[in-house]
Order: sequence, then C-alpha cells, then structure tokens
Amino acid sequence: MKAHLTRRYWFAASHRLHSEKLTAEQNREVYGKCNNPYGHGHNYALEVTVSGPVAQDTGFVMNLPELDQVVKEQVLERFDHQNLNFVVEFRDVVPTTENLCISIFEILKRKMSGVHLDKVRLEETSKNSFEVVWE
Amino acid sequence: MTVYLTRKCEFSASHHYHNPAFTAEENQRTFGKCNNPHGHGHNYTLEITVKGDVDPTTGFVVDLKKLKDIMEREVVEAMDHRYLNHEVPEFKNQIPTTENIAIAIWKRLETKLNVAKLHRVRLYEMQDLWVDFYGEA
Repeated sequence: MKAHLTRRYWFAASHRLHSEKLTAEQNREVYGKCNNPYGHGHNYALEVTVSGPVAQDTGFVMNLPELDQVVKEQVLERFDHQNLNFVVEFRDVVPTTENLCISIFEILKRKMSGVHLDKVRLEETSKNSFEVVWE
Repeated sequence: MTVYLTRKCEFSASHHYHNPAFTAEENQRTFGKCNNPHGHGHNYTLEITVKGDVDPTTGFVVDLKKLKDIMEREVVEAMDHRYLNHEVPEFKNQIPTTENIAIAIWKRLETKLNVAKLHRVRLYEMQDLWVDFYGEA
C-alpha cells in the first residue's frame, strides 16, 4: 500500500530581493522592503513529502534517519545561517522563496533514492508558503 | 460541487518497533530508539477528510456529529491510552509505524463510514512528522 510521509525541518537565512535586470527604482517598486540593501532574514520551515509502498518488513515508506540525513547534508547545511544571495545557487537568480523552493526540490530530486519526492513546501513566515509538486 | 471536510481528533498511545524476523542487531540498526523493548508513546493527531456534494437541504457534506461518533468509536476508543503492539489486533503481526497505523485507521473507517466518502487519513505522530494515506494500493 502506498503512503505519503511528510517531515518538517527548520533553517534560518537572510536574503535581499534585487534583480540586476531592473533599475534601482523598479527594484524598490517590485520588492519594497525586501530590496533594502543589507537584506533581512527569516526562519524557514521546510516540509518534504515522499511517497512509496510501505515496506512489509519495516512498516516504513522510508527510514527517517535516511531522510533526515539527506535533508541535513543537502539542504540545511547548504542554506542554514547563510546569506542566500551569496550561495552559489543564487549567483544569477533572485533568492525569492519561490526560487528557493524550486532549488531545494531540484537538489532533493537528484539525491533521493528508493522513494518518490512528492512535494517540497516552504514557509517563509507563518503567513506565506510556497510549494513545488512533482508534475 | 465536491467539497472536502476535515475533522480532527487526538489520541495518546505507546508502541515499539520490532520485526521478529530480524536479528537483535538488525532491529536496533533499523529502528534505533524505537526498538526499545518496553516502548514509548506519542500524542497522535488524526485528521479525517471526507468528500462529497453539499446536501441542498442541510448545506452539509456530512453530519459532523455522526462523523465524530464514528471516529471516536472506531479509532479513539480502540487506540487511546493503549499499547498498540499488545492491545490493538492489527498490530499483533504488523509493526505499528505511523504508516501502518494510518492504513489501519483507513480500513477501520472505510467499512464503517456510511455517512460520507473517505478521502484522506492524515496521522501526525508529532508536529513535524505525519503520514497521509489515500487508500492507494
């Protein structure tokens, strides 16, 4: 039987939303406070959903320590307590939460084995969240 | 028009993970602390989502009182303040992981839920860990 398992993680990072393709005025207009020159930070809540058949011998879709290890090594260690604008993934990409969510999905998709990555959901604050779903 | 309705309830239970076909070392390696022989417990949060058309007379997808009673009778009374491995029949020969508990709850409700169509069982073992089961084979 197929079940879907979701685990929630946390990391903290700073960013500044600024596009080189826009003028200073346009950047202020589009990004508002998020364009302030020295950046600002968030506590991001990350939800990773994987699915697959429940193994007969363990009762698991995936052994949690394995999932924790992949997320820790590939995502948390990469982004936690970093200024996202200085992380290689965002050298040429604006570190909006949309782009961060896509980046995390792509990273995990490459590294996940034996289960299907259904969804990455990222909360920037308790009032806004973003999802990338395998389609 | 299909509307989805979710009802939540809570129960507390203990369990441990152990596969008798594994050696002691394999059990320890696979299940870690969850293999401790005398078990440990969680406060589980269960969300049951049903779906259906809105009844033109009542404006309801489901009579909530009836849904609540079925959840209480079929799940909470059977599992609340129980040691799942020893006291719930589904787990006599099956490890009570969150995945398997969610599937067991689906099976219990599917046959008894005569008031609406079951859409999803979501079971939180804790705030940061949950399983969804949609009845998929």
